[in-house]
Amino acid sequence: MSLEVDILRRLGDFTLEARFATDGRLTALFGRSGAGKTTLVNLIAGLLRPERGRIVVDGRVLVDTDRGIHVPKHRRRIGYVFQESRLFPHLTVRQNLLYGRWFTPAAARREELDRVVALLGIGPFLERGPALLSGGERQRVAIGRALLASPRLLLMDEPLASLDEARKSEILPYVERLRDELQVPIVYVSHSIPEVTRLATTMVLLSHGAVAAVGQVAEIMGRVDLFPLTGRYEAGAVLEMRVAAHDERYELTTLKASVGELRVPRIAAAIGAPLRVHIRARDVVLGIAPPEGLSALNVLAGRIAELGPLDGPIVDVRVALDGESLLARVTRLTIDRLALAPGRPVFAIIKSIALDRRSLGKIQPASEKIDVDEITL
Amino acid sequence: MELSPLLNFSPAELTAIRLSLKVALLAVATSLPLGVLVAVILARGRFWGRELLDVLVHLPLILPPVVTGYVLLLLFGRNGPLGRFLADSLGIVFAFRWTGAALASAVMGFPLMVRAIRLSVEAVDRRLEDAAGTLGASPAWVFLTVTLPLVLPGIIAGAILGFARSMGEFGATITFVSNIPGETQTLPTAIYVLTQVPGGDAAALRLTVVSVLLSTAALFASEFASRRVARRVVGL
Repeated sequence: MSLEVDILRRLGDFTLEARFATDGRLTALFGRSGAGKTTLVNLIAGLLRPERGRIVVDGRVLVDTDRGIHVPKHRRRIGYVFQESRLFPHLTVRQNLLYGRWFTPAAARREELDRVVALLGIGPFLERGPALLSGGERQRVAIGRALLASPRLLLMDEPLASLDEARKSEILPYVERLRDELQVPIVYVSHSIPEVTRLATTMVLLSHGAVAAVGQVAEIMGRVDLFPLTGRYEAGAVLEMRVAAHDERYELTTLKASVGELRVPRIAAAIGAPLRVHIRARDVVLGIAPPEGLSALNVLAGRIAELGPLDGPIVDVRVALDGESLLARVTRLTIDRLALAPGRPVFAIIKSIALDRRSLGKIQPASEKIDVDEITL
Repeated sequence: MELSPLLNFSPAELTAIRLSLKVALLAVATSLPLGVLVAVILARGRFWGRELLDVLVHLPLILPPVVTGYVLLLLFGRNGPLGRFLADSLGIVFAFRWTGAALASAVMGFPLMVRAIRLSVEAVDRRLEDAAGTLGASPAWVFLTVTLPLVLPGIIAGAILGFARSMGEFGATITFVSNIPGETQTLPTAIYVLTQVPGGDAAALRLTVVSVLLSTAALFASEFASRRVARRVVGL
């Protein structure tokens, strides 16, 4: 699957001028509020018209202003999960689910009700009205409704934004299942780095109505120059690791990758399961000698690759570890005291406690099927 | 108290009751689709002349009913431009017929009907319509499967208001189609005539009670239907 976007759209004094292409299974559109994320997905869905531009999904031209092409929204077959679920209040959950399916040509129907209901765990309330569902349940039904129209592309506009933390962690595993088990590529709008690092394969970084960067999540998150856009608080590297061992006595799990080992509080995942670990730069301490007499369990050895701008109290440092990158945030004073400079060997120290369930995301090859209960972190 | 004078309907009175119901039902049934259309246009349309249409729809509400009836007579009478055209081309005659009473009732009830439906259309969450569009529904299907069901409480309220207004219509009806027993003499005109003749008091009272009962029943029916539909529309 591929998505190509090259559009210009003005809304009052805001201009969105975006150009990117992606073939990721889950592409995150990331940016602050007002960066133009929702405008962009509305243009892809056909809810808005661009002043100028082109939108192509899988080789099918949906918009091309030069050739006067504008496919109306009901012929695009692009699923859309809105921030507020927008379930039809006059229909039951089952009727909501089947609404889009009814308009899908029989030959194009890919999804079956039973399968989607099982995938999203919405069987118990099929006959209810949407008003009686919780926010998380409504969002799952909205996802199922979009899927049953067998879309070519699924747009999700901050589907978790209106939910509390508990509901968010209820939905996230389902989104991971969509990404890993279904054929449909997903464009996922978010302003939350934990969500993006956990879910996305590809990332489009939007800022003030323009695309600032496009690429693999680990690559974008590892770029010191993009920290102002990814958000300093949550900024940090993303490493792909595997579950190596469980320590039953101390209830810890060891994760392994070529860069080394990390110990984190016990997680429920099988040995060998791949995981994506988001290590926030603010949780990383740097040392120039191997640490002794320290409570932190995780020490990774590497070399300094890059220093961020030296114009404030805080400096972002990129540490190269066997082909991967780790980011650390330290004071400028530390840089001078330890004489940190590119090429210098350092030890990165990470508190295990800093790696909680929000930092860890499942990744699964599309061919493998996993039971969702088994991957609850 | 002796009840028999209250139940002792004469054939002429029964005819007036039946005719009133027939006129009101025809008026509502024929004007409802147009009422929905005009309500949607007024609620959603952005075009030149929308205010003019709004004023035109509301005219019967603010004009004296006699004036409305007289305008109808001028337009739809045997020699009126529309009346002659309809009589010649389609064979539809309004003047001094019960269908004319229905037309007068429909025109008088139309503003009330449109107002009720229009409020309901304006309350529809348009984002639901967008959602239906992304699910593959064309604009016509979106209207039929999302907009219309959500507007249903307003349509019911509008229809009942139109019906009640029609049952009470007097001025425009008597001006346009006169007061012909068995053809255009509805409940209100019958009551009026009975109060004008000596010894008509008992009959006038009988018909008044019937009128009160019918209007109250219509109100209850609309409350009941609206509540049932409203429960469904909010998703319970």
